[in-house]
Amino acid sequence: MALIEFHLDSRSGVPTYLQLVQQVRHAVQLGILRPGDQLPTVKEVVTSLTINPNTVLKAYGALESEGIAEGRRGQGTFVMSSAPSPLGDDVGKLRRSLRNWFGQARAAGLDEQAIEALLSEQRGSARKVA
Amino acid sequence: MTSALETRGLGRRYGSQWALQNCTLEIPRGTVTALVGPNGAGKTTLLRLAVGLIRPSAGSVRVFGLDPREQAGEALPRVGFLAQEHPLYSGFTVEEMLRVGRKLNPGWDDAGARGRIAALDLPLEKKVRSLSGGQRAQVALTLALAKRPELLLLDEPVASLDPLARREFLQSVVEAVAEHELSVILSSHILADLERVCDHLVILAAGRTQLAASIDEIIASHRLLTGPRGEAEDVSRMHEVVRESHAERQTTLLVRANGHIYDSHWTVHELDLEEIVLAYLGQDAVRRREAVAS
Repeated sequence: MALIEFHLDSRSGVPTYLQLVQQVRHAVQLGILRPGDQLPTVKEVVTSLTINPNTVLKAYGALESEGIAEGRRGQGTFVMSSAPSPLGDDVGKLRRSLRNWFGQARAAGLDEQAIEALLSEQRGSARKVA
Repeated sequence: MTSALETRGLGRRYGSQWALQNCTLEIPRGTVTALVGPNGAGKTTLLRLAVGLIRPSAGSVRVFGLDPREQAGEALPRVGFLAQEHPLYSGFTVEEMLRVGRKLNPGWDDAGARGRIAALDLPLEKKVRSLSGGQRAQVALTLALAKRPELLLLDEPVASLDPLARREFLQSVVEAVAEHELSVILSSHILADLERVCDHLVILAAGRTQLAASIDEIIASHRLLTGPRGEAEDVSRMHEVVRESHAERQTTLLVRANGHIYDSHWTVHELDLEEIVLAYLGQDAVRRREAVAS
């Protein structure tokens, strides 16, 4: 059985191969996938999502050029030891405060769109400062 | 390497009516291509020309560089064709259909075919006429794949299927592509199911090729421009305008861009594939192209 299962959001406007790339990146960052772990085979992804095999190859190619994964001939694609290390324990606090923040936003009656607008506004101003 | 399918100025006339006209395109190997267009656009004609079922009235068609009629002996074993009605002998059982397939095709992959039938839970002893539409389509696809073609042509393969059967059928197609060196061309008058499955797209309308390219390239090059109402001449000098419309104060252009669009008059929006295809199928776009061609 594959270690992770991809899913697609056909309404997001994000190209399919990029969605796969992002999901692997997230899984690595969250420690769900660790160095040496095998990504789902092309055949597994093709079967579960009914997508073109070339799309999977393109995603895995992008992960290789980012240094996150490597293809081993005849075996499959694996998470590299040089992949970014998962977020440390210190993010636990950030995660909790973010969860609180979302709770407060909902309690204040903000909907998804309002939350997204606030987030992108703050993301923008944080970038300017940095 | 030669293309899976290549046509040059290909046309087919029935009486005085052109079913397909001046069709030039090239489909690389290893791709899954959607052949999209309204009914009567010439999709079936193009596929039938590719397998040599009919003779061109003009131009040429090659599969793997071979003429499907003059070099049929070499070309046709490499091509699988599944016609729209999933033709099978309705009085035969699935088992009998498999035996017929093996008798008729030299390179028959019997183990592969039986494996697929078992994996799909299709009863060997059942007569074709008592199968569901989805099962019949799967049997027909199994027969087409067991021939081990390098190019598989599917004419409206999912049009008659319910959403689940449609998904299962397409799943079988992409699995076959993942397992073997297989190029696929599938025609459809709707795009919705095909978008994920295909990496190339050919749009046919009014018997002509409107667009033929990789889907990535299509998405990357098409943009919607909105700006104050006025002349679109500056844009059309640089880029190909597919569709234009004018409101009282605003002009909207759908363009196939040649590089970046720098003109600050226009606000540039991205488009999804369906919007692009619909723009090409619109009468305005088709007429525009006919004017260019004549």
